[in-house]
Amino acid sequence: MKTVFEKPKSLLDVPMHYCPGCTHGIIHRLIAEAIDELQIEGRTIGVAPVGCAVMAYDYFACDFIESAHGRAPAVATGLKRAEPSNIIFTYQGDGDLASIGMAETVHAAARNENITIVFVNNAIYGMTGGQMAPTTLPGQVTQTSPYGRDVELCGYPIRVCEMLSQVEGAGYLERVAVNSVKHVIQAKKAIKKAFQNQIDGKGFSMIEFLSSCPTNWGMNADDALKWVEDAMIPQYPLGVFKDRAAQEGK
Amino acid sequence: MEEKVLMKGNEALAEGAIQAGCLHYFGYPITPQTEIAAYMAKRMPKVGGVFLQAESEVAAINMVYGVSAAGKRVMTSSSSPGISLKSEGISYLAGSDLPAVIVNVQRCSPGLGGIQPSQADYFQATRGGGHGDYHMLVFTPATVQEMADLVAKAFDLADKYLMPAMVLSDGTLGQMMEPVTVRRVEETHYEKPWALTGTKMQRSHNVITSLNLNSEAFDKQIFDRFERYKKIEETEALWEELSMEDAEICVTAFGITARVVKKAVAIARREGIKVGMIRPLTVWPFPKKVFADAAERVNSFISVEMSMGQMIEDVKLSIDCKKPVYLCNHAGGIIPTFEEVLAKIREVGGAK
Repeated sequence: MKTVFEKPKSLLDVPMHYCPGCTHGIIHRLIAEAIDELQIEGRTIGVAPVGCAVMAYDYFACDFIESAHGRAPAVATGLKRAEPSNIIFTYQGDGDLASIGMAETVHAAARNENITIVFVNNAIYGMTGGQMAPTTLPGQVTQTSPYGRDVELCGYPIRVCEMLSQVEGAGYLERVAVNSVKHVIQAKKAIKKAFQNQIDGKGFSMIEFLSSCPTNWGMNADDALKWVEDAMIPQYPLGVFKDRAAQEGK
Repeated sequence: MEEKVLMKGNEALAEGAIQAGCLHYFGYPITPQTEIAAYMAKRMPKVGGVFLQAESEVAAINMVYGVSAAGKRVMTSSSSPGISLKSEGISYLAGSDLPAVIVNVQRCSPGLGGIQPSQADYFQATRGGGHGDYHMLVFTPATVQEMADLVAKAFDLADKYLMPAMVLSDGTLGQMMEPVTVRRVEETHYEKPWALTGTKMQRSHNVITSLNLNSEAFDKQIFDRFERYKKIEETEALWEELSMEDAEICVTAFGITARVVKKAVAIARREGIKVGMIRPLTVWPFPKKVFADAAERVNSFISVEMSMGQMIEDVKLSIDCKKPVYLCNHAGGIIPTFEEVLAKIREVGGAK
């Protein structure tokens, strides 16, 4: 019998702790498929964030390290500089990457550090129970914006891909979603490209995944995926924001 | 570099680190330690090493965390306010049992303080500095030569015991020049089977984390780590003794102030005062036993410090408060003079 679908080899056979309907599981799977297809599991090292994915190291078969909140790009820089032939990726949420870790993110991009960043943007702090994130939409209700995010009071959400596209060093920036089959297929191509870029020495690649958080958004799984489509994508348009190698004709 | 050369303390320390096998350095400018970063920027490319100026002290210590996790020798340096910023990362290193060397060329604080030398980060260094139950090995050089020698020792013991080590220096030692011989240090080879080198599909994955959500397992992990600390306290303390055989007064100081004490003790001896000195070269582990033994023989202790009195607490704890311990100090920025120390010795000597 021909196998047409199986668990990626670089994912361990353990149950995940993520909430029902959360799309972390899909994103983990896409990363693992890319690692398998590129045959880089044996030289890949992951950097886990502080946030819902803090225990990502329990799910991947490659070496892994748990970083302090927001510092994953700095830790990845250390790992990469220590052994440039290894493939280093970070897995970070919006609070981790775009709030407390913004400096590390921008400067890793400025250095065109040859690493791959998986940025999971679900517009909320998930693990701590649903507080306002740097990417929370205007008017969005969270535990710390109970009357909806008031942009006069606490500012506007940050579009990270657009911001980093202005950083000269940044190599590759793409925003994807995983709320539909079509988007999942596009996201898979993006993450594989981000790893391929690192293999080819093309430098800093970040893929921003628009992700859902039914638990803290107070929605069922279906509605959460719809909300990604109807509310998040208009705020955070999908697409490639920078491809330095393509721009330079490489 | 076998010949004697004239070097700044900061530069001797940097070269000492390279000669001890450190080929990765991450730093951020801050006075009075910037010469370390400048030296590394110049030297590392020539020895096939990595120098990177980080975007902050916070980023630098986390780059250190990454290199250490990969199993390689790595160092960062800063001065007091910058060490506060690194403290989170140091806690992660300790909590993940990772070796690394952190250099603190102390300046006056709290806050932005000043750029003059100080020893007021003693508590921060010896009690951990960051959050949680942990220790660092803390070495206290008093000469430019010791800046080079003790950094090598710091690398060795950090690898041996899998923990961060600090060289606790100050602005004077960092900036002053002395003749020094920086020797190549034969590295003891420590196996690092835990290192993140990639599985090469030959082993199951290595994971480095300080997260432990199981309370029983967490409790045991900390107790086990403290068993290791206990062994270090019993075996790794370093100190120098001077004229302690028949001393009735014991003066103690570390780092730059100990040099002043040495002169004061020599003059007091000529005056017939039976005084000696104990100089810790490690302040964690603190040489408790040598102080406890001294307390059986001397009448009193004087702690000379460039702080409001921090090491004095370890002296009192070591001797179980059996003898009076006096403080002779400046808050930082002003190195106590030998006249001040001598006056204190005379005062304490006459008061017995």
